[in-house]
Amino acid sequence: MAISFELNGKKISVDEDSQTPLLWVLRDTLNLTGTKYGCGIAACGACSVHIDGEVMRSCVMPLSAIAGKKITTIEGLSSDRSHPVQQAWIELQVPQCGYCQSGQIMTAVAFLKKNPHPTAAQVDEAMSSNICRCGTAQRMRAAILKAAEGMKA
Amino acid sequence: MSAANTFSRRDLLKTVASAGAALVIAVEAPRNLATAAPMKPVANPLKAWVAIDQSGTVTLTYSKSEMGQGISTSLPMILAEELGVDWKDVQVKHASVDPVYGNQGTGGSGSITGLFTPLRKAGAAGRQMLITAAAARWNVSAESCTAKNGAVWRGSDKLMYGELVEAASQLPVPDLDKVQLKRLEEFEIIGKSLPRTDVPSKVDGSALFGLDMRAPGMVYAVVARCPVFGGKVRSYDATAAKAMKGVEDVFEIPAVAEAHSCGGVVVVARTTWIAMQARNKLKIDWDYGPALSESSETLRRQFRQIVDSNMKVILNQGDVASALAAAPASKRIECDYELPFQAHATMEPMNCTVHIEGDSARVWAPHQAPNMVQGVVARAAGLKPENVQVHTTFMGGGFGRRYQADFPTEAAQIAKRLKKPVQLVWSREDDMTHDFYRPASYHRMTGAVDASGNMTAWQHKYTSTPIAEWFMPNAAPESSELGCTLQMPYQSGGYRLEYTPAKSAVPRAWWRSVEASVVGFVMESFVDELAHSAGVDPLEFRLNALGDARLVKNPNEPDARPLDTARFKGVLQLCAEKANWGTPLPKGEGRGVAVHYSFNSYVANCAEVSVERGQVKVKRIVSAVDIGIPVNPDGIRAQVESAIVYGLTAALKSQITIENGRAVQTNFNKFTTLSMRETPLIEVHIVQSKAAPTGIGEPGLPPTAPALANAIFAATGKRVRRLPIQPGDLS
Repeated sequence: MAISFELNGKKISVDEDSQTPLLWVLRDTLNLTGTKYGCGIAACGACSVHIDGEVMRSCVMPLSAIAGKKITTIEGLSSDRSHPVQQAWIELQVPQCGYCQSGQIMTAVAFLKKNPHPTAAQVDEAMSSNICRCGTAQRMRAAILKAAEGMKA
Repeated sequence: MSAANTFSRRDLLKTVASAGAALVIAVEAPRNLATAAPMKPVANPLKAWVAIDQSGTVTLTYSKSEMGQGISTSLPMILAEELGVDWKDVQVKHASVDPVYGNQGTGGSGSITGLFTPLRKAGAAGRQMLITAAAARWNVSAESCTAKNGAVWRGSDKLMYGELVEAASQLPVPDLDKVQLKRLEEFEIIGKSLPRTDVPSKVDGSALFGLDMRAPGMVYAVVARCPVFGGKVRSYDATAAKAMKGVEDVFEIPAVAEAHSCGGVVVVARTTWIAMQARNKLKIDWDYGPALSESSETLRRQFRQIVDSNMKVILNQGDVASALAAAPASKRIECDYELPFQAHATMEPMNCTVHIEGDSARVWAPHQAPNMVQGVVARAAGLKPENVQVHTTFMGGGFGRRYQADFPTEAAQIAKRLKKPVQLVWSREDDMTHDFYRPASYHRMTGAVDASGNMTAWQHKYTSTPIAEWFMPNAAPESSELGCTLQMPYQSGGYRLEYTPAKSAVPRAWWRSVEASVVGFVMESFVDELAHSAGVDPLEFRLNALGDARLVKNPNEPDARPLDTARFKGVLQLCAEKANWGTPLPKGEGRGVAVHYSFNSYVANCAEVSVERGQVKVKRIVSAVDIGIPVNPDGIRAQVESAIVYGLTAALKSQITIENGRAVQTNFNKFTTLSMRETPLIEVHIVQSKAAPTGIGEPGLPPTAPALANAIFAATGKRVRRLPIQPGDLS
């Protein structure tokens, strides 16, 4: 049975088994591949998306749980990389391999929405369950603080 | 949805040309697998490397795999410099596998080392051809023209490259050994921190990794592999799996010995998720084979038996036995070091997309050795290598794992049967439990110092599960393991190195910085132990033991670049200065330094730690690197930051242990990594050298764990000799 939800501002309907994780619906059913598979057990954060504004791990979020909800993926964050977090990421040259970065950015954006003026320690706390094997944490930390500065203005 | 990642038949470059001379890289594919089409020795840089359109847009091709190390920026920078174009006009393009590019294998920190001069020559040859075309147009001598900013100039007259490129590309290619290269002082692009070309696509989800490839009608495949290393399928029942909606096929593929692929039962389905779910429903009777009894404990017992016994003597300089006998017990140290298997754990698990049609194949592979992929796919699918088109995608980390033939082989086996596009997906569990791990190793170190604080003896008895045994069966097992132990920079009365391999069924291969990650830790920890034993400051002790500037050759590779102790000392001193070496720290905190030479590059790291109730907090790491001419300084800093974090993870968090012949850690919940909270401030200082540039993807790693361990000793008096540091080790 088809399940309907809003994806990046558009209403859509998907006909997959209701237990299918949102991650695979995005990637394989909808070919929206910016959201990444990293672990499948909510341990790495590469699949992070926003569900009704909250950051969630789409690899363990069954399709049945998102009926009627609003989903934002990295592709829906801005149409032109203009979000302050994306801008800060470019300015500080954060990504290396880049694979985890969609999830990192989605996590950072949701965090800054709740805490627009964070301390470095609060940034560390918010980001510490996302894995980056390239070791970009130092640059991400700086970029989040920079984005927060920019959003203040 | 978006059609951006649906692949279309890209034009393979038909032109034949190459400025890419044979590359010296530490990681070579096994010869029997590297059966890609032979290289064609012709050259036209304006066809192979450079495309210029009428509007002045310059598209530069990079021939190496982008796995986060920034090569898609630094290689084009070198071309652009000599070609004489504005960086703002440059776009970049990844080369498909083509003989014009020579070996496209990306590893051993070898891309800049190997391509710096060939790309400069290619760029300069292109510039010369454009000048020649302009001179002909103006009917003047080429000497009266100059080239700059994407145009050829004669006085105030100019012809844009876009107007000249068609004529220029028809000209004979100049002798690459005679083209005029810029002087270093003339560089306008090399040496600048330029923003990476791949970064914008990595903040909006548009960068395409291997797993992001999509084709009309494409299906997804997963493979059930025996959890025990070397095990095989005895029989299987696929009834339940096949009954699932969306499952298209279930079949067995054999192991391929030369690719080190496991074989197993393949499930093909409409989506990755369905394939994974159906795989769970397979009933497989495994023949586990002889590895079932292996564990980390059995391997450790074997290691200890080996170092207790007579071993093969590799080097024996001076008189170690007499020096040790002469040393009083208080000035003699004997201790054992041990390091575990490590998984690469790239964020993007292994995968490969293949479409076989008739007698040809197209492959999309996130791979470090695309030429090898061409060969292995051809072999597995029974095709001619030249009929296999290989496109290298962005890759979500490499670290050496993506140099392997197993996953492209499996993908080709599957695609051969399906006759439609198929994406082979490894789950995280597949990836972690069927990796080719960094070897486990064990080291018995014996050394002595004299009353004046000089090192008098250094003996290293070393055993490991050697990479060579897996990939180079005809080579000596130690040939993959020794690294800098063959180029001991510290002088003493005697140096003795012994090595004997241990037996293990655990697959092993090149992991970021390879053997340097092992010997760097052991050598730089042990020299620190000797310093403390001598009662001499560890920095001072190293500087003394390095002595006067000299070149230390590798006795097994006399033609390889020697270790230059002046550069070794140079990074050590720069690092110490920037880290405020010798200034006091609060109680419970400590500073430790380490320096290492790997991949022809020199890196020293200094760690500052605090230890409270047995818990280590790494506060700051200062790094100094000498890699010759720096091409993209911010890219260099990023690579050192990355290697340090990767090294800290291996020192403080991750390991692969073995029980019942299989990996215990199967996912990121057990194989843990350094979090942002645990990531220290990292400062990188780059020596402004004029030496030939060398690589930096790996060399920042080896001096990381020993700097940390030495800092922990300074803070607590407790010596770390086993990695990773376990809870309780310091309490």
